[in-house]
Amino acid sequence: MAYDIQTWVSVAAYIGGGVAIGLGAVGAAIGEGYTAAFASSAISRSPNLSGEIFKSMLVGQAIAESASIFALVIAMILLFSDFSSQSSLMIFVPISAGLSMGFGAIGSGVGSGFPAGAACTGISRQPAMSARLTTNMLIGSAVCQTPAIFALVTSFILLFTNFSSSPVSPTWAAILGAGLASGLGAIGSGLGGGLVAGASCEGIARQPKSETTVTNVMLLGQAVTQTTAIYGLLVSFILLFKIFAPTDSIAAAMALLGAGISIGLGAIGPGIGEGFTAKSAVAAIAKNQKATGEITRVMLVGQAVSESTGIYSLVISLVLIFVI
Amino acid sequence: MAIEGADIIKAAAFLGAGLSMGLGAIGPGVGEGMAAAKACEAIGKNPREAGLLTRTMLVGQAVSESTGIYSLVIALLLLFVV
Repeated sequence: MAYDIQTWVSVAAYIGGGVAIGLGAVGAAIGEGYTAAFASSAISRSPNLSGEIFKSMLVGQAIAESASIFALVIAMILLFSDFSSQSSLMIFVPISAGLSMGFGAIGSGVGSGFPAGAACTGISRQPAMSARLTTNMLIGSAVCQTPAIFALVTSFILLFTNFSSSPVSPTWAAILGAGLASGLGAIGSGLGGGLVAGASCEGIARQPKSETTVTNVMLLGQAVTQTTAIYGLLVSFILLFKIFAPTDSIAAAMALLGAGISIGLGAIGPGIGEGFTAKSAVAAIAKNQKATGEITRVMLVGQAVSESTGIYSLVISLVLIFVI
Repeated sequence: MAIEGADIIKAAAFLGAGLSMGLGAIGPGVGEGMAAAKACEAIGKNPREAGLLTRTMLVGQAVSESTGIYSLVIALLLLFVV
């Protein structure tokens, strides 16, 4: 039974589309559920504010939803585009694009739920701060979405690059590796950024006077949390744009796939860990603004140590790509 | 295309190196983050002990880092020695 390349490209596109929205729906659903749970308990505490809390819940959920809308867009493109290609590399492209966007939407979807939930609770505690809380929630969740956007960018580059002139081996492994690097790499940073944003909404609600400091430290903490997702994006770009010499060796291909897996998985832990650190730092600063300097310094030192394992993964990825 | 045994062994070593470092980085990353989180909270409560708390945090993180370094060593062994 022999099938032509076109058949396999269609098979891959349908599998990729399923993977994209299947995995991509996980995060947003959890995040939005979390938000709704906190909105319900906030409304039960202060039913007279139900309108305000309801509005805040919907805005927060809409942002959390965007990650899975990205995944839906990629799934739609994969289902309805006509990928005609003579190169068998095109079989790997839709699968990689699906993996990238599917995994990439998980972290941001769950993460964006945290600030929205904390904002709903906060409004029931401090109704006077509701405008400020909503602004802070919007900033925090927007930063949370960046890892999902990195994954989206990688998926788009994968889908709209013409690989027909590249050698099939080892480029097929580079394509799969690129999708895994930015997809898996986005999970930790999305989740971590959400933890930070959630703590800052809670801090502003408890200590309205600390709002400026808390927002600033939140942004600093989120920026450090994003770094591992950026490493993932960096490795994806190297894998996508570097020109590899044609080879029949399986080892050369596996080195590129291994590079994607190494930084993809390796970015998850530091992303979440740095998020925990910044979350507690923001909460501590909200309670004791006088110690802002000391706490920020310890936060950055702690995050730097936590980052080190992500850097080891980056080093192993780069060794696999450039040295081996 | 004839696939040679040595090529497959190399391929497995490279993939193994990626998996080793990738999975091995998850635990220390999360664990060290938690250690630093509690240090931040503690300094918020008691800023005068910032020096002692930072030292404790760094020692704790260094111990937690060890498994990440084991993964790094195994990955490097798979890449260059095996």
